[in-house]
Amino acid sequence: MTATSTLLTLLVIAASGFVLARARALACAGGDSRALHSLPGHYGWASVLLTLGPALALFALLKIAAPPTPAGTLAVLALALAALAWSLRRTRPNFRARQTVERGVLALLMLAACVAIATTAGIVLSMLFETRNFFAQYDWREFFLSTTWAPRFQGDSDLGILPLLWGTLYISLIALVFAVPVGLFAAIYMAEYAGGRFRAIVKPAIEVLAGIPTIVYGLFALITVGPLLRDYFAQPLGLGTSGASVMTAGLVMGVMLIPFVSSLSDDIIAQVPQSLRDGSLGLGATRSETIRQVVLPAALPGIVGAVLLAASRAIGETMIVVLGAGAAAKLGLNPFEAMTTITVKIVSQLTGESDFAAPETLVAFALGLTLFAITLSLNVLALAIVRKYREQYE
Amino acid sequence: MKDTLTEGRGTAADTAKIAVRGLQVHYGDTHAVRDVDVDIPDRAVTALIGPSGCGKSTFLRCLNRMNDTIPAARVTGEIRIDGEDIHDARVDPVQLRAKVGMVFQKPNPFPKSIRDNVAYGPKIHGLTRKRSELDEVVEKSLRRAALWDEVKNRLDAPGTGLSGGQQQRLCIARAIATSPEILLMDEPCSSLDPIATAQIEELIDELRSRFAVVIVTHSMQQAARVSQRTAFFHLGRMVEYGDTGKLFTNPADPRTESYITGRIG
Ligand SMILES: Nc1ncnc2c1ncn2[C@@H]1O[C@H](COP(=O)(O)OP(=O)(O)OP(=O)(O)O)[C@@H](O)[C@H]1O
Ligand SMILES: [Mg+2]
Repeated sequence: MTATSTLLTLLVIAASGFVLARARALACAGGDSRALHSLPGHYGWASVLLTLGPALALFALLKIAAPPTPAGTLAVLALALAALAWSLRRTRPNFRARQTVERGVLALLMLAACVAIATTAGIVLSMLFETRNFFAQYDWREFFLSTTWAPRFQGDSDLGILPLLWGTLYISLIALVFAVPVGLFAAIYMAEYAGGRFRAIVKPAIEVLAGIPTIVYGLFALITVGPLLRDYFAQPLGLGTSGASVMTAGLVMGVMLIPFVSSLSDDIIAQVPQSLRDGSLGLGATRSETIRQVVLPAALPGIVGAVLLAASRAIGETMIVVLGAGAAAKLGLNPFEAMTTITVKIVSQLTGESDFAAPETLVAFALGLTLFAITLSLNVLALAIVRKYREQYE
Repeated sequence: MKDTLTEGRGTAADTAKIAVRGLQVHYGDTHAVRDVDVDIPDRAVTALIGPSGCGKSTFLRCLNRMNDTIPAARVTGEIRIDGEDIHDARVDPVQLRAKVGMVFQKPNPFPKSIRDNVAYGPKIHGLTRKRSELDEVVEKSLRRAALWDEVKNRLDAPGTGLSGGQQQRLCIARAIATSPEILLMDEPCSSLDPIATAQIEELIDELRSRFAVVIVTHSMQQAARVSQRTAFFHLGRMVEYGDTGKLFTNPADPRTESYITGRIG
């Protein structure tokens, strides 16, 4: 018997359990459902839960522990049948079926929550494991403190994270410096000034920006923004001749982030109660004074959250960087020079012929874990800031 | 003071601080205020009474053009303050509101410290520059609003952390800190205990020596205690307006009588 047919059989058993338990409960009560502790359906569902739960658990255990055997399948089916018989015996008018069902639902919901947590834990564990392998072969001080990134597939590579970290932060910074004011001002305009018609057109239009795949932004950076910046800024100013640059990637990434900042901030600003604006206007404050002194402070926690969310997007972005800033790891201040980020290097270390035992490949996991640590601390920071201001304002 | 206010309606118009003629307010299809003509005297307290939903707050909000902020609201008719039409294109609503202060029906402290709440108006109007002067204004306003003793040790705590009644007094302090010429108060004592109410009434009485005060209240006793003139609103119309003593002892309109004796509303 295959796994699929085992599962199907289990379902059939459970379904018959539902019908039987329901009928039996009704029969016990002499057809009068008011004599029952719970609704007839509850008895049916309780039976389903009792039948399926243990059988599925055993099925999963056997699946993980050993290759499928006919004996195992039989054991699963036997368990289901036994549970069915037992649940039918328990189906009496005073059996508290509703409570059993409620507990079953709770267990199901908890299981769903656990899947998310378990996945996160799994990701972190697998990264940790590979990272440990990497640090077994490569000195961690070199990794964190060396300023050169020069992998060589013959071995003897320099794998310092600093140039990549610098590139990541530099590009993200430019993106945020561009996206935060633009996004915030757009949000203020839409929430406080724009008329209904304008808002109805522009808000969805801005949100379309969020739906554009990042590879398309990358192309835009490569063929439009890069050459433009090179021809009109970098070359005239004598700052470089490269189309791929920190500035190109940063600006295009900034455009990508605008809807994150503006759309979230817009919602948050719109939630500030009108009575606060009235209070300020009623004291003779102008509209912009009201926004600056009352509305924005009240919306600040949410805005900070939006900005940090945008920051973690920026740090994790890959495509725009590859096409906009290039793939050359470099530590430098000139924004018109090509640089690259952690994410890009993770991809390039893992593509092609990679030997999963060499430090040149394993370094990707160490990079990934570092990136994860950075975004995690950003999120924790965001939460802490939001909580602090909440306390102060509510 | 009281004697000068027992004059007839004709003379009141000459000294009127606020003169309203043919005022109509619509919210979309709702006709909230209908044909209101009234002269509100300077240096006196005018009480607005009437059943819930009769348009008192709406009327009050017309006097400092706060209805401008409600997109659905349409105000027509004439309102003159010191003889100047406040709907005139040359009148800046921002300046008008600095002159005509307002305490709202629902307390709406800013999410700022108690000190900053009170200092807000003086700061934006540049009334005081120095920190010490500002502190003085804050203390004086809080004292007059009968809140000082309760908050003097926590001026830096958020204003939103105060109790409902304290918030109401904070909003009163905030409004008087800008020294307006006219103060509009929408049920300023609705969540105050009798002691705080008495203190606010004392404040209103004191303000009367310099300002015109317009107060909305659901308490007949309060209207009788603090005001010199009373207007009774019913279904958007101003049914009766006159000397407070007369309106409560000898109302001209049967609807006024029913309301003050508790039969409608
Ligand atoms: N923002 C608004 N939009 C639409 N209709 C409104 C608005 N504000 C008030 N109204 C309507 O206008 C009428 C008068 O309301 P108003 O708030 O002036 O009453 P009020 O006399 O102050 O009542 P209360 O004593 O309960 O405060 C009511 O019918 C109300 O439903
Ligand atoms: Mg009202």
